[in-house]
Amino acid sequence: MTHRQLQLVLLSGVVIALAILPRVITDVYMLNVLVLTLMYAALSQSWNILGGYCGQISLGHALYFGVGAYATSVFYASFGITPWLGALAGGVISMLLALGLGYPCFRLKGHYFSIATIVIAEIGLLLVHNWDAVGGALGIQWPIGPDSWVTLQFARDKAPYVYLALGLFVITWLVTYWIEDSRWGFWWRAVKDNPEAAESLGVEVFRSKMAAAALSAFFTALGGGFYAAFVSYIDPESVMTFRFSLLFALPAVLGGIGTLWGPLVGAAVLIPLTEITRSYMGGSGNGLDLIIYGALIMIISLAKPEGILSLFHRNAKPDARP
Amino acid sequence: MTLQAFLQVLASGLLMGLLYALIAVGLSLIFGLMDVVNFAHGEFLMVAMYATFGLWLATSLDPVVLMPAVTALMFVLGALAYFGVVRFAMRARTNVGMVQIFATFGLAVLIQGLAQFFFSPDYRSIPKSWLGGKTLDIAGVFLPLPQVFGGLISLLAFAGLYLLMDRTDFGKALEATREDQGAVALVGIDRNRVFALGWGLGVALVGLAGVVLAIFYYIHPHVGGPFALIAYVVVALGGFGSVFGALAAGLIVGVIEALAATVLPPAMKSIAVYLLYLGVVFVRPSGLFGRL
Amino acid sequence: MSGEPILEIRNVSKHFGGLTANDDVSLNVGRGEILGLIGPNGAGKSTLFNMIAGALPVTAGTIRFNGRDITAMPGTARCALGIGRTFQVPRSFDTMTVLENVMVGGFMRSSSTGAVRRAAIETLDFVGIGGRADAPAVELTPPEKRRLEMARALATRPQLLLLDEVMTGLTPAEAKAGVDLIRKVRDQGVTIIMVEHVMEIVMPLVDRAVVLHLGRLLAEGNPADVVRDDKVITAYLGERHRAA
Repeated sequence: MTHRQLQLVLLSGVVIALAILPRVITDVYMLNVLVLTLMYAALSQSWNILGGYCGQISLGHALYFGVGAYATSVFYASFGITPWLGALAGGVISMLLALGLGYPCFRLKGHYFSIATIVIAEIGLLLVHNWDAVGGALGIQWPIGPDSWVTLQFARDKAPYVYLALGLFVITWLVTYWIEDSRWGFWWRAVKDNPEAAESLGVEVFRSKMAAAALSAFFTALGGGFYAAFVSYIDPESVMTFRFSLLFALPAVLGGIGTLWGPLVGAAVLIPLTEITRSYMGGSGNGLDLIIYGALIMIISLAKPEGILSLFHRNAKPDARP
Repeated sequence: MTLQAFLQVLASGLLMGLLYALIAVGLSLIFGLMDVVNFAHGEFLMVAMYATFGLWLATSLDPVVLMPAVTALMFVLGALAYFGVVRFAMRARTNVGMVQIFATFGLAVLIQGLAQFFFSPDYRSIPKSWLGGKTLDIAGVFLPLPQVFGGLISLLAFAGLYLLMDRTDFGKALEATREDQGAVALVGIDRNRVFALGWGLGVALVGLAGVVLAIFYYIHPHVGGPFALIAYVVVALGGFGSVFGALAAGLIVGVIEALAATVLPPAMKSIAVYLLYLGVVFVRPSGLFGRL
Repeated sequence: MSGEPILEIRNVSKHFGGLTANDDVSLNVGRGEILGLIGPNGAGKSTLFNMIAGALPVTAGTIRFNGRDITAMPGTARCALGIGRTFQVPRSFDTMTVLENVMVGGFMRSSSTGAVRRAAIETLDFVGIGGRADAPAVELTPPEKRRLEMARALATRPQLLLLDEVMTGLTPAEAKAGVDLIRKVRDQGVTIIMVEHVMEIVMPLVDRAVVLHLGRLLAEGNPADVVRDDKVITAYLGERHRAA
């Protein structure tokens, strides 16, 4: 069996195990944690396409998440359009937005690029905040209806959300898996490592970045649509703040940036820890959850700069240059 | 707009701009020294505000009197942050940029948590101080005293920085590393010492701004974020590592923001600053004063 | 030189602000030859090289490749036409393996990953580092990195290969192996332009030498004549005096 086939077998194993979990766990709180873990794994996998593979460190993906969440909510709450189509529309809008923004932004390098992404997302947040047609600061409440796969509303049983989040993760994983071994995948990594050398080898640097941005934005928006359906109430602060942008990057960075499994591994460590410390220690507002969370991020990123996954690779050590 | 009103807006903008420059210059200094963008910069501002608040509670001394103590404290904190966190982040051989972002981001979250732990998430303020609530009236242009004081402190700090850069070995080392990262080793100065001093100085400068801000602004664990974002914009506009670029960019940002506040709803005034950043970098990809 | 030249450089100049790096340089490169571009430090070799590769725009003049004007073309498009290059300081893709590095170049000619991988393995064997295919590129020794650069450029199937100081810093034994490799590449029908600072290394290898000095063409001809040219000797001597 080749290395690539092995990955698919591994994915099947993970999917089967995760699909069985909702039958074993019935506790609603634990199911919620599972849904969030899978959702952040998928979102981080999406971020990883642009940030991890192509090396363009976006800290503004909350914009695309917000667009997805808002498109889905507006279409459903105002026009009764199913969130399936709403999320897809959000994805397409985000994709076009990413292409439009990428055109000027990809001329910027390093910190100038990252700060531009933060600033653009922040502008988006302020605009939505002051845009009454989409609820302004109050946000959008989803109408209450019966449990249904059409409206993606499940009040009693949380298991369907696990399957949806798992499905989203599997799609982003498969897309990454497929592209990783294709021309685009090689081009992205070349652009990340050394754009000048890439250009000399016929790599379309600008087009590579645009393609990565479009794909990354599309899936991030799908995640936003899912999240809106899951919580059935959104406002600007709950989907578009800078914190989300970091939360999409973080699992990939902690697990292993630019790798296939990094986002899932990172999310599996980070999200349960965050959620559990938050509910057991943060409830009183005493900040203990933040202390643990912050220390954890600091320690992992300092102790394992290549990510948790690198623990499992004997030969993945970078060289010891003087 | 009448001339009077225009002067009022201009003066408020310039005063706020001086404060923005003071907040940003530490960030720029640290970046110039070692190419690290500190994502905990806003939290250091917040810590300085709480330190002022806490010392005021404990001693009932005026913030103006507490300023030296808080600044010294922040200097120590900055050096500690270097030795405890950043030094390790710089050792990473892969993903250096991401490691720095997330190590300092982790530090930021940790500091927020500590602030909540010790002071609760409530909004605090220093209700009574020498300068608080007082204004200066210059020919009909009203200037709040705390801001005037902040502007003076900022100008003094920049004058001090100028002397430091111009007259001391540390300043020369700083200038040399800005030109070339390897230069510290060449100049024969202990890297760790220069870097720790740089962090101490950078954080002490934002500490100065924190004391001023504590006089007239609400204090809460998340107060740093919006100021940090403006500081990033100021640093980028001024050119990463450029001290006087930060001063000029801070003033421009302050004035633009004040002008925008006259036409946009208050919550939207930052949009003008963000658009300014985008407009500038799209035309000049390395900022207003950055080397191309 | 017979037949239509593969590369024609016509009156090319390059100014950086007030500084003139190249001044009115004209040059033809014949199909299948190995051309040495030499000169003392600051002669403008690297600038000319980068203008041919498309990494720097010209200030004035035209560059034609196979009769086609490529003056305004970016590096990517020139690579597609058949111009490959290496870098003076090797620029490997350090998060990738040696094989993956070469595959990046291979995708220029094919989009089938399997075909690109097979071709890349062949190319690695050809340049003599087939045994290192699965090693991370960062782990290569400096001479191996030079070979990787060459393999990567060859994977784009160039007609013209630009080599930037590939011999500098090699031991005599490594340099000898390098010379053999470059001959082997030429024997495959690839035209080669190599920039070198040290004349001694390249003279036995090149068919023709072009000497640049202070941004201008100083001499050109067969290497044995060029090294005896008084102007060339003075130019290099001047440098030695300055260095001393």
